[in-house]
Amino acid sequence: MTHVLDPGALTGGGSLTGPLPDPFADVTRSNDAFRAFLHGLPGVDQVGAQARVTQLGTRSIKSTAKAWAIDTAISMVDLTTLEGADTPGKVRSLAAKARRPDPTDPSCPAVAAVCVYGDLAGVATEALTGTGINVAAVATAFPSGRASREVKLADVRDAVANGADEIDMVIDRGAFLTGRYLDVFEEIVAVKEACGPAHLKVILETGELVTLDAVRRASWLAMLAGGDFIKTSTGKVSPAATLPVCLVMLEAVRDFRAATGRQVGVKPAGGIKTTKDAVKHLVLVNETAGADWLSPDWFRFGASSLLNDLLLQRQKLRTGHYSGPDHVSVD
Amino acid sequence: MTQLFEYAPAPESRSIVDIRPSYGLFIDGEFTDGTGPALKTVNPATEEVLSEVAVGTEEDVDRAVRAARRAFVKTWGPMRPADRGKYLFRIARLLQERAREFAVLETLDNGKPIRESRDVDVPLAAAHFFYHAGWADKLEHAGLGPAPRPLGVAGQVIPWNFPLLMLAWKIAPALATGNTVVLKPAETTPLTALLFAEVCQQADLPPGVVNIVTGAGETGRAVISHPDVDKVAFTGSTEVGRSIARTVAGTEKRLTLELGGKAANIVFDDAPIDQAVEGIVRGIFFNQGHVCCAGSRLLVQESVHDDVLAALQRRIGTLRVGDPMDKNTDLGAINSAEQLARIRELAAYGETEGATCWQPEGELPDRGFWFKPTVFTDVSPAHRIARDEVFGPVLSVMTFRTPDEAVAKANNTTYGLSAGIWSEKGSRILQVTDQLRAGVVWANTFNEFDPTSPFGGYKQSGYGREGGRQGLAAYLQGEHQ
Amino acid sequence: MSDRLAVRKTYKLYLGGAFPRSESGRTYEVHDAKGHFVANAAWASRKDARDAVVAARGAFAKWSAATAYNRGQVLYRVAEVMEGRAAQFAEEVAAGEGLSTGRARAAVDAAIDRWVWYAGWTDKLAAVLGSTNPVAGPYFGFSVPEPTGVVAVLAPQRSSLLGLVSVLAPVLAAGNTAVLVSSKERPLPAITLGEVLATSDVPGGVANLLTGDAAEIGPWLAEHADVDAIDLAGAPAPLSMELERSAAGTVKRVLRAAPEEPDWTADPGLSRLRPFLETKSVWHPIGV
Repeated sequence: MTHVLDPGALTGGGSLTGPLPDPFADVTRSNDAFRAFLHGLPGVDQVGAQARVTQLGTRSIKSTAKAWAIDTAISMVDLTTLEGADTPGKVRSLAAKARRPDPTDPSCPAVAAVCVYGDLAGVATEALTGTGINVAAVATAFPSGRASREVKLADVRDAVANGADEIDMVIDRGAFLTGRYLDVFEEIVAVKEACGPAHLKVILETGELVTLDAVRRASWLAMLAGGDFIKTSTGKVSPAATLPVCLVMLEAVRDFRAATGRQVGVKPAGGIKTTKDAVKHLVLVNETAGADWLSPDWFRFGASSLLNDLLLQRQKLRTGHYSGPDHVSVD
Repeated sequence: MTQLFEYAPAPESRSIVDIRPSYGLFIDGEFTDGTGPALKTVNPATEEVLSEVAVGTEEDVDRAVRAARRAFVKTWGPMRPADRGKYLFRIARLLQERAREFAVLETLDNGKPIRESRDVDVPLAAAHFFYHAGWADKLEHAGLGPAPRPLGVAGQVIPWNFPLLMLAWKIAPALATGNTVVLKPAETTPLTALLFAEVCQQADLPPGVVNIVTGAGETGRAVISHPDVDKVAFTGSTEVGRSIARTVAGTEKRLTLELGGKAANIVFDDAPIDQAVEGIVRGIFFNQGHVCCAGSRLLVQESVHDDVLAALQRRIGTLRVGDPMDKNTDLGAINSAEQLARIRELAAYGETEGATCWQPEGELPDRGFWFKPTVFTDVSPAHRIARDEVFGPVLSVMTFRTPDEAVAKANNTTYGLSAGIWSEKGSRILQVTDQLRAGVVWANTFNEFDPTSPFGGYKQSGYGREGGRQGLAAYLQGEHQ
Repeated sequence: MSDRLAVRKTYKLYLGGAFPRSESGRTYEVHDAKGHFVANAAWASRKDARDAVVAARGAFAKWSAATAYNRGQVLYRVAEVMEGRAAQFAEEVAAGEGLSTGRARAAVDAAIDRWVWYAGWTDKLAAVLGSTNPVAGPYFGFSVPEPTGVVAVLAPQRSSLLGLVSVLAPVLAAGNTAVLVSSKERPLPAITLGEVLATSDVPGGVANLLTGDAAEIGPWLAEHADVDAIDLAGAPAPLSMELERSAAGTVKRVLRAAPEEPDWTADPGLSRLRPFLETKSVWHPIGV
């Protein structure tokens, strides 16, 4: 008696079976056309978005699901160091941590990537050869992005030459906020080209975009320009990753795949410090974009201190008693 | 990787509540045996009998009204208003302190998800007492004249959909304005009202100020028709509301009614679609749709109909239906076999009349009363599912092309309790809001409640308001009368 | 002095802005307080009441949407026009109620002043009865009073003008439209008032005045599904209970009659405005 009106609606939208005609080929023909397209995306009601993530935050994760969530979260970490004081030694010690986050427990998964400045990508590459752990490098005059396009592209090429598997670029927020969307788009296209085989993560720096409407527009802009991932933040601007921002970005990748057939990943970065935060994000992924995104190929955490908290919680689950900070390594 | 994110069951512990095998009536500050037979109250999620509850007879109601009258004349009426307020503050605090207990008991007796009883019903009930407590010694500032007076004894009959919250909506303003109360909870959900009676005892509320007389329709009739009741307040179906208004006709009793609804939730093409979808879900599936102001008629602008429907179906597919005590449950049990039968009957009409029924996949529990979240498309305004209040998780979807058509369709109902609008355009929101004949209009949100916000219906959704300064008028005699 | 033969007035109904006879063709004799024949009045039927409800419903959208300032000016205009016909009203009141010329004139003055009083209320109601609601969340909440809709008014039986104005003016001031049944024995001021309304910017259909018997028409209005509220001021005791009972069938707002017809010169406060106003509460999120 009952039937499903639209089976696709239940599985998250577009078919992945064949190449779809690109419905958006024309929208970047001019800045005006692009502006009209981006401003034609449905608005985001901030209060509603906040209410949704608050409600999802009350999801209770217990026992087996929690163990799975912690291991999944660990495997999604882009273990990051982005300090002026970074040294090869620091990067090597981080790489060691990335390979075996918990030396006392071989069953603990490795992280997804180590994220460093481009000049240290070579050190990281050397330390991680053969591990399957990627090297991610920030580029394009990170974190401000205030440099000429030539400098930015040189930055990218340098990082790729140093062995980076993934490039985390920043968008030109100044251009975005003044409405020069096409400039931002073209820059991403150019960076993507410069990446060659490296995957491109596009940092929107949502803390500077401020509104969720802008986050949605920037997400679509970055996806249309060819970004493999959209990433919230540099970690250098507050607020960094927030749940409502992540919600809007997850909606964007979900809708983008439904419209184009292409799946784009999401990386919240900065400010995610606890296992609880990470689990809330995973719940958000599961309920918004769907289970297809619950893998390191499609979802990452840009974090440093998060990993230790995940490890502490993992030890607690394994041993049944609370652990302490001296039982995980200080990096 | 086929591993999905399966939430393990996270049941709230029921050990916090101590349900007695049987309950008497709470009259004059004490639990007393009823003179009539008892009724069984069951957990609708399991059909387990929770307790036996007395059925108040006419004689019991008379005892309760006399106790209320005595309290009105001797203690509560003459009391310093500030002290009346303090009692209400005490009650508010006790509700907060015992919040978990109330939430668990409410979920057991009603079938609503623990997430809602914990996050909505109980906190809002406490908030209502807190809000009204402050009014007790400020009534001369309420705009009802220089010296508004209480009416006397209020007879109050409440429904089963928000048992504790509706109790709070009734008792808090009545007491704050100096009236005393005889309240009859719904037949299928008496337990939190009886726990509230314990709170009254804990608060040392003078005997007779609050009397709780459990029972079914006959008991309710005895309350509203008792000659010494000065004020009748009822929340429930329009059908019963009419009969109460008939009973009260020709008497001196004052009456307020909060009745049914068939709210339109209007989604314009410039809506924040993702939030609108959340609002649609919240509008119709909150509390299994057992909500008088539920957004049961979805009016979608034709240009976004397909997008909205696809997104809505995807979202409904993520709803978790099942054990109400599981903290991850979104939709709990239908409150009673009787209500389930009514929902089934109306849903069957929907299909007979040619609408298309859609429900997500998934299993329902074997025992208890359940109904899947349901969406009807191809609904015509003439269909019964577009006109009758289903009071269940059943959404009827219709379309419109212009704002005028949206307003006309939204107002095309004998009800007028609530409405929703989704649009990013401020001027459109204000114009449509102005034209909707409904007592509550949620713009870019739905099913929000607050003690400071007057709630009540237009047309056959009832009259009188609950909450806010306006709500006090229902319990006071002043120049307005 | 003059030997001119007077032109006598035909009293008709005031319905939808026009002055029709009763569709039933019926009239009834109206006598003054001393029992002398004064005129034949139209004897409104249930079908006239039905037509009046249609007219009132049709006029509601515009009248209720008019600005409060505009409604206030229209009602003030009624007072102005009434003032010009004060003598005629005084004559009718004196004859019908058996009052001295002076007391009749006082009643007319009070009636005119009542229009002025209500004219001044239209743009105050939202401020006095509305509110902004400080809800505990990121929402802007406000409540506004709005007119109930079509109001049936059974006008007082004794006070043929001041009582009449006292029940009609608040209904209109609040933005409702009215179907009014006049005093049965003293209907003439109602029809003259209709002539005033017709010439003072009150849109047709906003006020519909029927002369006749409340006991006959009242039940039809009380049961009418398109009437939102009923004022029982002119319904005697057993009838008023019956009407209230009928009104329950469509959940009408009912303004009960006082046991005795009140002193209409008393300050009415908001007592006749509140019953015909609904409160609409609106929520909107506050965000960027």
